[in-house]
Amino acid sequence: MNELRNRITAALAADVVELQDDSAKHRGHAGARGGAGHYSVVVVASRFAGMTRVDRHRAVYDAVGDMIPHQVHALAVRAYTPDEWQRARASA
Amino acid sequence: MSEITNDRIRETIESNKILIYMKGSPSFPMCGFSAATIEVFEELGVPYNTVDVLKDPEVREGIKRYSNWPTIPQVYIAGKFIGGCDIVREMHANGELEPLVKEALQA
Repeated sequence: MNELRNRITAALAADVVELQDDSAKHRGHAGARGGAGHYSVVVVASRFAGMTRVDRHRAVYDAVGDMIPHQVHALAVRAYTPDEWQRARASA
Repeated sequence: MSEITNDRIRETIESNKILIYMKGSPSFPMCGFSAATIEVFEELGVPYNTVDVLKDPEVREGIKRYSNWPTIPQVYIAGKFIGGCDIVREMHANGELEPLVKEALQA
């Protein structure tokens, strides 16, 4: 989990990486066999500005790289710029 | 991936206005993310087609290379890769998805 967080932080120069381990919710599900985890992550990075959602998610997946699929089975991503993050938090 | 698989995937995507690559079927999704994606399109009440990647290992791997996207489900509208479960849900929540879907269905 630390490695996952470190990779995302380093690759994207992220301001915020909030990583959550959802593996317990998926216990018994075929994809969770062999210890591959289900995670969700909020990533806040200024470099997301001007990028489409697909490109933002790709950038996160690229950072995680070969940890998918054997260590990480699923990674739910929410990617924000610092401005969008402020607004998302204000409206939450 | 073989050229044939790639061509087959492209043809399938281009011949469907809304296409979802998923695990299982809409009635029996085999993964929570696939189920959540189907739910979005059911809420929109629009026609869509699905491909069960669990039935064909070549398609399961091929589709990931085709879109350069490592996970299933994958949603294609009017031949264009839109995203996975998170993106589609987010776009549905903020009202971006419906106009895109309607435009594709009218085309």
